[in-house]
Amino acid sequence: MAIQLNVNKTAVTVDAPPEMPLLWVLRDLLHLRGSKYGCGVGLCGACTVLVDGHAVRSCMTAVGDVGSDPVITIEGLSPDGLHPLQVAWEAMDVPQCGYCQAGQIMAAAALLQETPHPTDAEIDGAMSGNLCRCGTYTRIRQAIHEATQTGAPALAK
Amino acid sequence: MKINRRSFLHSAALAGGGLALTLHTSKLVLAQAPPAPPDLTPQAFIQIAPDGMVTIMARASESGQGMRNMLPMLIAEELDVEWKNVRVEQAELNEKVYGRQFSGGSANTPMGWEPMRRVGAAGRAMLITAAAQSWGVPADKCSTKAGRVLHTASGRSMGYGELAAKAAALPAPALSSVKLKDPKDYRIIGHSQPGVDTHGIVTGKPLFGIDVELPGMLYASIEKAPVFAGKVKSANVDEIKALPGVRHVLVIEGSITPAALTPWEPGMEPGVAIVADTWWHAQQARKKLKVDWDLGPAAAQSSEGFAAKAEEILKAPPGKAVRRYGDLDAVLNSAAKVVDATYQFPFIAHVTMEPQGATAHWKDGKLEMWSTSTLPADGVGLVAKTLGIQETDITTHMVRSGGSFGRRLQNDYLVEAAWIAKRVDAPVKLLWSREDDVMHDPFRPGATVGLKGSLDAQGKLTAWRHHFVTFGDGKQATSGGGMGQDSFPAGFAPAYALHISMQPLMQRTGALRAPGDNAYCWVAQAFLDEMAHAAGRDPLEFQLELLSNKKAAWSSGEHDAVGDHEPTGPSVLIAERFKGVLELVAEKSGWSKRAKEPGRGMGIAAWFCHLGYFAEVAEVSVDAQNKVTVHRVWAAGDVGSQIINPNAAESMGQGGIMEGMGHLAQEITFAEGKVQQSNFHNHPLMRMRQVPKIEVYWRKTDYSPTGLGEPTLPPILPAVTNAIFAATGKRIRTLPLQRSGFSWA
Ligand code: FES
Ligand code: FES
Repeated sequence: MAIQLNVNKTAVTVDAPPEMPLLWVLRDLLHLRGSKYGCGVGLCGACTVLVDGHAVRSCMTAVGDVGSDPVITIEGLSPDGLHPLQVAWEAMDVPQCGYCQAGQIMAAAALLQETPHPTDAEIDGAMSGNLCRCGTYTRIRQAIHEATQTGAPALAK
Repeated sequence: MKINRRSFLHSAALAGGGLALTLHTSKLVLAQAPPAPPDLTPQAFIQIAPDGMVTIMARASESGQGMRNMLPMLIAEELDVEWKNVRVEQAELNEKVYGRQFSGGSANTPMGWEPMRRVGAAGRAMLITAAAQSWGVPADKCSTKAGRVLHTASGRSMGYGELAAKAAALPAPALSSVKLKDPKDYRIIGHSQPGVDTHGIVTGKPLFGIDVELPGMLYASIEKAPVFAGKVKSANVDEIKALPGVRHVLVIEGSITPAALTPWEPGMEPGVAIVADTWWHAQQARKKLKVDWDLGPAAAQSSEGFAAKAEEILKAPPGKAVRRYGDLDAVLNSAAKVVDATYQFPFIAHVTMEPQGATAHWKDGKLEMWSTSTLPADGVGLVAKTLGIQETDITTHMVRSGGSFGRRLQNDYLVEAAWIAKRVDAPVKLLWSREDDVMHDPFRPGATVGLKGSLDAQGKLTAWRHHFVTFGDGKQATSGGGMGQDSFPAGFAPAYALHISMQPLMQRTGALRAPGDNAYCWVAQAFLDEMAHAAGRDPLEFQLELLSNKKAAWSSGEHDAVGDHEPTGPSVLIAERFKGVLELVAEKSGWSKRAKEPGRGMGIAAWFCHLGYFAEVAEVSVDAQNKVTVHRVWAAGDVGSQIINPNAAESMGQGGIMEGMGHLAQEITFAEGKVQQSNFHNHPLMRMRQVPKIEVYWRKTDYSPTGLGEPTLPPILPAVTNAIFAATGKRIRTLPLQRSGFSWA
């Protein structure tokens, strides 16, 4: 079935069953492989993308339910890789294996949109759905605080 | 995707020079004899473009330990170039050219420290010779600085880029002959360099095994029996073939014979492989799959059965000791106090964030593989054997992986991908689901340990008896389930015995980060804390006293952990280093001034493994529901004279601590042979809200640098359970925490 989507500010059409999860549409049909598979059931956050500005688990989101809501993936977070979170992540050298980090950054991006200067407790609340097997949490927390110093721009919807 | 080796050489040749030259292909390795380590050449590792940009090959696989930084940094330092002018490229698998391409056992630092620096220094020597010849001056009157050769007397200088073509034509000096820098002149080693892939990671570049994509590629998923090595009797193959998007359905007969001891790479697990247009289609088809399994003998296994058998073994008099010294029985009989305890730890799974998988393409009798293995050469051997093809018909690209922690030392997923690819007329990407990954993991095996310790009237430890009940066939322990006869406090306890008993295990196991040590550090350091408490003494002071005993001879002459892949040769525990990290962590944590209040406490522990020493202190609070919060952790490490990449090293320390905390609440259990856990809800990892403040300190000593992926981990487990005891007076002798009535807040 032909489904129209708005991904990273581009209109695209995919031929997919409506129940196919957004994650696999992004990865295997649209060749956007930044969003990762970690659990498939909403437990790890590796697949986190923004839909209409909200952090969603794309592994649990049927592509048929997305409609015209804009989807932003890690590839589309900024045109040049210079979103304050990306800059802060690089400055703190957050990743170890790096596999969880796209999901971490997208969850953090949604947090900063709502709460430009989050407290540690607010970071705990927004980020505890995103697992990091390598245990880079200390750095992730520091990088989020760091990014708020430079000021995260509002994401275009 | 990185360019492959052939095009790399080709483009280098087209670029008209540069230091990439002949490959070392003349040495044929005989099939039987263990391959001699090759002579490493600067040409294999270093390419310098005319503009001075330096490409350095990273020989080891990368799964997050920073090997793509650490090894090239050693080369760049001695080559004497600026790190900002270095581009790192992943080497293809070719051990004849690059030497051992292995990431495990925290071994890349000790294995690479000397040879990689010498490769860089040899490259520098060639550039100097080229410059000296151009100027007609003696080479020893030339020096280098930041990518240039200088002749101070005449004020002349030339950039490496201008010299590269000429240098490349010179013979490489013997690596043993080159002079290395004085460490005080280091400009790269000891200075934090951000991960070479960090920018790609934060911008979502397809860097990982799961991201490999080839034209016309199909996707595979494998349904396996719920019991290890269960065979397919029949399956509704035709029905599945007709489902949307499904291209092939292949029954894997498998090649495993369940027995008391399951070998390291036991063969292919039976199952049904579904190959489809997308991985999701393959997964959807799996849901409709109906397989009649012959579950086989492993279906008789259960965690309850293992526990009952271990209890029975512990009740019976133990067999002959693996190691025994001192008059143990006499000491125990005349002791002022004897403490008995039984400790139990469970099976746990690796759960790398990226589940297992691989991509393979069979074409015209040749196989091309994209491998995330950390022991990739073994993978090639195993694939060749399983498929009945020649190793020389296989090309392996080494792709970054989303974590290994020992998991990717085994190559089962690679063999599966290759086996499927050989039967399918297209490239195939195999991906395990998370459930596959948890339930078919080569688990860290559990064990039950009977301990007896004694004290004299002065409260000094006088004897230690350790009865380790593990799994195996009685002669050999299952992978990751052995225990070394030098494991602390062996050697330091005045009288000591280690008995090892085994029960059969028809289940694949493997090496999990700090194999063995990740569990028996907990046992030994928790029981030591019990002994200190029984003696009414401070656990730090008690342990320092023990370490001051004259040490009995190191008996194995080998590493303390009997792992399958201990590459680092003989090593012995040096008491002064062990004490050093304990004293440093005590100082940093304010151990001697710690507050004693109900519901809050601090615990201390230390360990030596994989050539590194770590001591850790945890501060915890425990609420009325026995929910545990770890507030702060202090870690002190001694991995020798240099911390090569300090920022990454600190992160590795924090990560090891987070992983060790995770182990405390994880378990894999079996019922009728079936694994009871399947995903992160019942095999959890630590989450952001549970993360303590972690401080990592280094004690630099004169020893050669060693790795720290593994030694950072073990001490945190006993540090936390000892802290829980300090807070509550309750001793945790069974893991996971919830089996002792505790859980994470
Ligand atoms: S893959 Fe979506 S939450 Fe884990
Ligand atoms: S960096 Fe490896 S899982 Fe987060």
